[in-house]
Amino acid sequence: MQTLEFEVGPCANPDRSIGSGLVGVVGSGNLEVLFEPADLNDKVKFVIATSVHGFDETWHAVTRSCAERYRLANLVITINDAGATPAVVSLRLMQAVEEFRGGL
Amino acid sequence: MLEWKELCDQLFPQGHTVSAHGLVLHGEGRIGNQTIAVVGTTEHAAIGVDIALELSAAVIDIMNRQAGIPILMLVDTQGQQLSRRDELLGNSPFLAHLAKCFAVARTRGHQLLSVVYSEAVSGGFLSLGMIADETYAVPGAQIRVMALPAMSRITKLPLEELEALCRSSPILGPGAHNFVALGAVEEIWEGPLDQCLLTALAKKNNLDKRRELGASCGGRTGAARIAQLVREH
Amino acid sequence: MSGAHKSFLERTARQRIADLLDADSFMEFLPPSERHFSPHLPVLGQPVAFDDGIVIGDGFLAGAKVLIAAQEPAFMGGSVGEIHGAKLTGLLERAVQQRPAAVLLLLDTGGVRLHEANAGLIAISEIQRAVFDVRQAGIPVIVLIGGSNGCYGGIGIVAKCCDHMIISEEGRLSVSGPEVIEAAKGVEEFDARDRALVWRTMGGKHRYLMGDADLIVPDDVNAFRDAAISLLGASRPLTLESVMQEHAALQDRMQRFSDCADATQIWQALGVADAKNVPLAEIPEFLEMSAHVRREEHA
Repeated sequence: MQTLEFEVGPCANPDRSIGSGLVGVVGSGNLEVLFEPADLNDKVKFVIATSVHGFDETWHAVTRSCAERYRLANLVITINDAGATPAVVSLRLMQAVEEFRGGL
Repeated sequence: MLEWKELCDQLFPQGHTVSAHGLVLHGEGRIGNQTIAVVGTTEHAAIGVDIALELSAAVIDIMNRQAGIPILMLVDTQGQQLSRRDELLGNSPFLAHLAKCFAVARTRGHQLLSVVYSEAVSGGFLSLGMIADETYAVPGAQIRVMALPAMSRITKLPLEELEALCRSSPILGPGAHNFVALGAVEEIWEGPLDQCLLTALAKKNNLDKRRELGASCGGRTGAARIAQLVREH
Repeated sequence: MSGAHKSFLERTARQRIADLLDADSFMEFLPPSERHFSPHLPVLGQPVAFDDGIVIGDGFLAGAKVLIAAQEPAFMGGSVGEIHGAKLTGLLERAVQQRPAAVLLLLDTGGVRLHEANAGLIAISEIQRAVFDVRQAGIPVIVLIGGSNGCYGGIGIVAKCCDHMIISEEGRLSVSGPEVIEAAKGVEEFDARDRALVWRTMGGKHRYLMGDADLIVPDDVNAFRDAAISLLGASRPLTLESVMQEHAALQDRMQRFSDCADATQIWQALGVADAKNVPLAEIPEFLEMSAHVRREEHA
């Protein structure tokens, strides 16, 4: 297992309506994503546990892209990954945003 | 490991009437000033629909004829019967029926004890043995879920990795000592078996204390805590 | 019944609970944010799930308070590890105190999680004990089987220790899996790749005809919901009398079908009209075909 932990942001124009919760399942080729609120000066912290080593740059790229696209801020986003592709990761993050938008 | 006759002679020096009908044992033993009902298996029996039905009949017979008498299970099983016929007729309902008979016996005041005297594996052990108030084992008894090579094949984890884990943790490898560490086996009967049985009979506990035991032995520290959190949520 | 078709099989554990219970009534115990995951999986380099693959909590079913557990089929095959098992045992123990109208168990599992084999087997035994305590308290335990893993292993035994079972035609109930039987006894004994054989032997329709499942439903969450509602408050007595009755029924089953090589023979002997077409029949037609088959009494 590899664990990555890093911050993205701060977001200049954050969407403050995104609440907390869990989407996804830790199945082969899949992942679960947990959103939790935190006071991070409009930054987002990603904590990723993955069974596939050596994709640091891909994780950084995908998460940064999502954080910017959805204007994420003040969230700890924890991921348990079992080998999902970048496309599936992006999909789950989008799913999380849509489900938890309006949650606050 | 012991032969069942030798086991019964040592458990009941005052005498016993335990006999084998095929792979199923039943009878009675005298110890102290008590009579104990005995049910069990021999020759590493695979427990499927036939043996489950026979064992259930024995337990029902005990409930009808000997109210409140302690019941001792003698466990020697290679696991559940692996066959098309047994799954067709239903290992699930037949093995559950056996468990229900024991559960009803407990509610009717029968103390339930079990001793693994040879082998105890997986679904067979679940059905005959683990349902007791306390489970014991004689020195040399073999208790396991699955042999490590098979486990390695199915989990796709290297055998060396599993073997290494076994050296430091009781969580997955074969061995009666692991089941003691996890709280599922109360203790290994090292001394004279009749003395061990008398001590066990004196316990008279019908609550499931295995999680607390596993926590205090250090083998299973999560289970008791988690169950408590759920109860108190 | 209302609403569009919602496949039970294809849903996650969380979705099954959300769609089964009254809208927005579910409250989760030990949610993922609390991070009660397996301490054993990381040692073996395996990813964890923050709910260890089982979702538990309480909610309402047609206005009645229920406790509910759903195994997540995608995580480790729904298998039982130390934490997963303790969540289920704790829920059952809570039921004795909280006294809900029922405990609903959405079982979708291969049985013991081999990565934590010993702890998994012991957990299953503890779950079994706790089920009996709930039944002793007069609270019905209702099993729902309809997921992709079926209900296998020691949990297959626990399932039949409960009051009632609702199964879909997609569901399977067994102790040993097809692959295990084939590995032990050969492909002649059981061809694990013969899906039709697997479902004839272990599938919902066969278990229903044998009397092991009380209700059979199509693969639809609403159908499961309606079936569960119909069983609220229907606790089965677990007494010497009821196990003796069950024993007689199982003896009768053994006598009648012990020599049957295949399920189709059993269905014919049961008097099912057009037994060979049982696998193809939709549920309403299947129920018609089996309407006059005598239902076994179980404990």
